Amino acid sequence: MKRLAAINDFVVKFANVNGSGSASANELFAKAFLRMGVPVSPRNIFPSNIQGLPTWYEVRVSEQGWLARRGGVDLMVAMNPQTWDRDVKELEPGGYLLYDSSKPLPPSKFRADIHPVGVPITELANAHFADGHVRQLVKNLIYVGALASLLDLELEVLADMIRERYKEKDKLTESNLAALRLGFDYAARHLAGAIGLKARRADNVGERIFIEGNAAAALGCVYGGATVCAWYPITPSSSLAEAFMHYCARLRVDKATGKNKFAIIQAEDELASIGIVVGAGWNGARAFTATSGPGVSLMTEFIGLAYFAEIPVTIIDVQRGGPSTGMPTRTQQSDLLACAYASHGDTKHVLLFPDGPRECFEFAALALDLADRLQTPVFLMTDLDIGMNRHLCEPLAWDDSRRYDRGKVMSRADLDSGKDFGRYLDVDGDGIPYRTLPGTHPDRGAYFTRGTSRDAYARYSEAGPDYVYNMERLLRKFATAKTLVPKPVLTPAKKPARFGAIYFGSTAPAMHESLDALAGQGVHVNALRVRGFPFPDEVAEFVKAHPKVFVIEQNRDAQLKTLLVNEAGIGAENLISVLHYDGTPITARFITGEIARIARRFQRPAPAPAHEVA
Amino acid sequence: MTSIGKPKLHHPALQANKIGFTRRDYEGKVSTLCAGCGHDSISAALIQAFWELDIEPHRVAKLSGIGCSSKTPDYFLGNSHGFNSVHGRMPSVLTGANLANRGLIYLGVSGDGDSASIGLGQFAHVMRRRVNMAYILENNGVYGLTKGQFSATADSGSRSRRGLTNTDAAVDTVSLALLMGATFVARGFSGDKAQLVPLIKAAIAHPGAAFIDVVSPCVAFNNHPGSTKSYDYVRQHNDAVNRLDVWPAREPIAVDYAEGATIEVPQFDGSVLRLRKLDAHYDATDKTSAMAHITHAAEKGEVVTGLLYLAPDASDLHAHLDTVETPLNALGDADLCPGAAMLDKINAALR
Repeated sequence: MKRLAAINDFVVKFANVNGSGSASANELFAKAFLRMGVPVSPRNIFPSNIQGLPTWYEVRVSEQGWLARRGGVDLMVAMNPQTWDRDVKELEPGGYLLYDSSKPLPPSKFRADIHPVGVPITELANAHFADGHVRQLVKNLIYVGALASLLDLELEVLADMIRERYKEKDKLTESNLAALRLGFDYAARHLAGAIGLKARRADNVGERIFIEGNAAAALGCVYGGATVCAWYPITPSSSLAEAFMHYCARLRVDKATGKNKFAIIQAEDELASIGIVVGAGWNGARAFTATSGPGVSLMTEFIGLAYFAEIPVTIIDVQRGGPSTGMPTRTQQSDLLACAYASHGDTKHVLLFPDGPRECFEFAALALDLADRLQTPVFLMTDLDIGMNRHLCEPLAWDDSRRYDRGKVMSRADLDSGKDFGRYLDVDGDGIPYRTLPGTHPDRGAYFTRGTSRDAYARYSEAGPDYVYNMERLLRKFATAKTLVPKPVLTPAKKPARFGAIYFGSTAPAMHESLDALAGQGVHVNALRVRGFPFPDEVAEFVKAHPKVFVIEQNRDAQLKTLLVNEAGIGAENLISVLHYDGTPITARFITGEIARIARRFQRPAPAPAHEVA
Repeated sequence: MTSIGKPKLHHPALQANKIGFTRRDYEGKVSTLCAGCGHDSISAALIQAFWELDIEPHRVAKLSGIGCSSKTPDYFLGNSHGFNSVHGRMPSVLTGANLANRGLIYLGVSGDGDSASIGLGQFAHVMRRRVNMAYILENNGVYGLTKGQFSATADSGSRSRRGLTNTDAAVDTVSLALLMGATFVARGFSGDKAQLVPLIKAAIAHPGAAFIDVVSPCVAFNNHPGSTKSYDYVRQHNDAVNRLDVWPAREPIAVDYAEGATIEVPQFDGSVLRLRKLDAHYDATDKTSAMAHITHAAEKGEVVTGLLYLAPDASDLHAHLDTVETPLNALGDADLCPGAAMLDKINAALR
């Protein structure tokens, strides 16, 4: 029977019961590889439930550094009887099934082409620990210990991490170390050589850090100078606001007075969240909200007001499966159109597409700058895959010489110097007007902000030319935004390529791996990662340079393609969609399969027509 | 909302306040509301209150929602920034504005459609969040802009101009504000400026969520027999629990004590609120009896006006969030950015 064998290149998946304390043990397992210098990418796969229901944690180990989901499972740690059958089914032929063998299982519970590896986890826990609750919790450490032995993970690396995690909690350290050792010793004694997958110390992690996208975006908001955050809990964005709270408490408390240089409001709903952000933005504070698709739906009226009244607003949309409640704990890139055109009437909004935590950090700070510069809503479009999973990425970086771009705000001195203030005057020809903040000047610069039409001096007006003037100016401003959003990133093929591929956001790791795999099959593709909307001119030029361009995205309706056609003057006929939208993060296997299949079709000579028609 | 500017000529004899402003300096554009609208009387009361308090007009931020009442901030304090936001959601916008700059005075103006229907949620939450503001609800019990439909504050059994009878129970905003934690709750009547101006002054001076429900008859659609928000009805059923005087602390306090017991409550801006009880049993600092009084009066068809509740130890959202004294919108890069060295430390902890 086939037996999978690999060093530092495999997928381990844990099937657990929600609430059983498995999360920290599984993360310990993943992090052990990092400490041994081997890149990993773990993913939480959890249905929308609270406790007692299934949850999975998948770890891809890749010395080469591929960080996307690969697809398929080489070693399944099956700790949930409820999902046993589907977990067993997921294994690659020749793969390994680690299970709790405390009670014998009939052969029908296994597959003929896989290798079961039994560890009497419950038995070990019961024999060594008296307390019922502890018995349950240590099971997780017992299987991690067993895995350490089976995969040649360095036990001391795991032990050190346990000591770090539970420092000053001697009892916890003790019981966790004991459980780890228990599993390790059992496997060493009884299961030597049972698994062909091995870990080996390497040097491929370097200075990289391991962080969730939501935490990185929250740090970006701290570094970017956000002082007001208003939010309403919604998966998968809640941990972003919570991380912002955590970092503010650490980094933004005034040393002299102990007082806070920030204000965070957990509002009563999304409508109030965005309302607070609009009010704060209007009054000159850098403000943001974090939400997901259903939240954006609720916010759209305010977003339209902010667009038309020209108020800086930053919205972080951590996308999940839609529409409606959709799949709250699954990932998608399906809010593009909802955000690009949020609200009624003619609206267009600026979108930023980070590909992982590092860009979450950079783009969050950039979003705050752009919102102030452009006086408009700016969306940071992340997703559950980026936001709620830890990713290996380059260290976050900040240039201390960087200064916040507060945009065109007229000061009291500006007003005193006699400059003409018309709130909606296009003084510089870039579509961006000047604003004043409340309280600036005793008798100059005050104006009335409203969602209704007005003239260049903010006076209510329903006169057609006044309305058209503002709407056209807003378009000019959008054209300016095109020059300010991050440029797309080109990954040229190693050989001349007739195909192009456009992708964005969390698709990036899978795409990079896929490009490599495709090149191996002789399919060469130039790839362009889009990072901002409105699309810089390079995007249309890229499409023009290729007869066919794949557009890879994680939604059903090809929303990026729609935006490219609608907003970048690109013909739909040149674009071929590759769509993945089952709620799981896209895999390199999927992209490679789809592109290779379609590319072969174009490479084949066209069949001769069966009948000539005169 | 049309914008008709007023001529800027000032009569030389106009009296200036202590900071040199005349009442005209507190005016805005010409009102486009119907002649006789109660809301215009409230605007006039606001003008007088701000003038009497010697507040520089530009230090006020006036925010409103949508509706007849929400149009009014354009008609007073022309040198203040105004914000006509979306229907019913002024409270959140005001909250955000207040968080950004705690140094200004925040005036929220709303109507009964705005605050008691679509905005009921935000109304409730801004009170429990205790945002430092004066929230004026211009309550006429009717939708004026859409020509006469009942609002959620229309009393059960009251009739519309078209003869329909309201069968829904009314939302009583003062009871709701009390329940939700507002620390200053009052009701006024647009036709009683003598009572309303001190109420507004006290609300502005109050260091927390101050709410005044002002019954403000709609002359076009709700000022007819059968309406409980008409001038005649309110005048006949008005039961004032107290009259107020607000004395700036920098002035020696000299008042007539002759009319019974008084309590003095120091306010945020240093002024002293002097409350003169008309009803010997009414204690405006007792929340429970305030609620009972309002309920009993409503059962008798009376409109209770005056300062209904005042928490002497009120504090505001900034105090609860423990924010720095410097307005958040004035903090610079150096105050806000933890810097690259700190980021290196954070990176190191993430390996």
